[in-house]
Amino acid sequence: MAKDVTLSITDREGHTHIVEAPTDMAMNLMEVIRSYELAPEGTIGICGGMAMCASCQCYIESDTKLPEMGPDEEAMLAEAFHVKDNSRLGCQIPISEDLEGLKIELAPEE
Amino acid sequence: MISTDILIIGAGPTGLFAVFEAGLLKLKCHIIDALPQPGGQLAELYPKKPIYDIPGYPEVLAGDLVDNLMEQIKPFEPGFTLGEKAKDIEKQDDGSFIVTTDEGTKHHTKIIAIAGGLGSFEPRKPPIDNIANFEKNGVEYMVKDPEKFRDKSVVIAGGGDSALDWSIFLADVASSVTLIHRRNEFRGALESVDRVKELKDMGKIKLITPAEVVGLSGEAKLDSITVRKNNNPKEDFKLETDYFIPLFGLSPKLGPIADWGLEIEKNAIKVDNTLDYQTNIPGIYAIGDVNIYPGKLKLILCGFHEATLMCQSAYQKIYPDKRYVMKYTTVGGVTGFDGSKKEAPKAVVKSID
Repeated sequence: MAKDVTLSITDREGHTHIVEAPTDMAMNLMEVIRSYELAPEGTIGICGGMAMCASCQCYIESDTKLPEMGPDEEAMLAEAFHVKDNSRLGCQIPISEDLEGLKIELAPEE
Repeated sequence: MISTDILIIGAGPTGLFAVFEAGLLKLKCHIIDALPQPGGQLAELYPKKPIYDIPGYPEVLAGDLVDNLMEQIKPFEPGFTLGEKAKDIEKQDDGSFIVTTDEGTKHHTKIIAIAGGLGSFEPRKPPIDNIANFEKNGVEYMVKDPEKFRDKSVVIAGGGDSALDWSIFLADVASSVTLIHRRNEFRGALESVDRVKELKDMGKIKLITPAEVVGLSGEAKLDSITVRKNNNPKEDFKLETDYFIPLFGLSPKLGPIADWGLEIEKNAIKVDNTLDYQTNIPGIYAIGDVNIYPGKLKLILCGFHEATLMCQSAYQKIYPDKRYVMKYTTVGGVTGFDGSKKEAPKAVVKSID
């Protein structure tokens, strides 16, 4: 049976939430944040998860191994604001067992 | 003053389809949208992306769906107020409304249908400290009237389709066009990238990459910008310009509608019921992604359904004494306000000798 992974997500108010995310529901990190309502509706995942907006930008705070950044994500981050070296788009990170212990912080709303 | 039966706020797929359903009931529609073209998110965010869950279309590009909807509603001759945001609302004694846009255009309507999706799209503004001081004084987030830039020097920032397309267009209008992007690669259409390169080689566009605009200067009006090359403050330099146009895409905000006294929940407009999607203000409906109710799904096909029920209810509100029986288009055909008529061919009865 597929395991849940435990993630640490710091919201835009600075509160840290420890959440369980399923690995067998084809979810991505942005969708997990939405499902736990860690950011108000309409402020995250605006494009639906196509790397067409940067509303799910987050900063990776742990050394968890993540999938490589694709060209769409790279191009979108090149146009986003508040970008740091550890910025990623949550919608481009599928939830898998490799993410156990991942720590992230949501980037400010643009 | 523009007068209509139903004023639709939002020209996304739900708003456009509402025109068709209203047209079947002989109700005229007028649409307001903050974007300069119809289509909402489909046209603005992902026109070349496929959609797979529109009934009857195994696959359709978002832009093509918008084109088809525009074709479908053409006979009903909707009016459009584009590039303007619905701002103020005044209820009249007879129950009708006057809606005024941020540009001052007034609309008189019996019914309002808010189909604003995630809200009106507003430009993503780069975090430059004093940028607000120069808005409409040299900083423009949209090109509404290209003539404004004739024989002026223009700096455009961004790497997507809008930045590329307007750089190409304004190369023949402005006295100089400079395109600044944080990377050497652009994510716009390949042919646009190639065209920008051609224009650069011809000396009609100046390209500065990788770079970004980090400062704006001027007294009453913008006169120069500070450009940072290679993300290195030591390489900062000033560039004189009449206009700075940052084109970093748009993000939706509920905007002034949020102050109309409508019940808001989770950044969406709460509707009283799913019979007709009316809000807490009689005569104002919310359909599509902008509304919220138990069980809400933000899908285009759900927006189409909501638009249909909204129109039936709007008809009863406008004509409380008339009885209307829903007809199938296959039976009743489609009669446009432009005199066009589409109807199923009549059955041929062959005579038997």
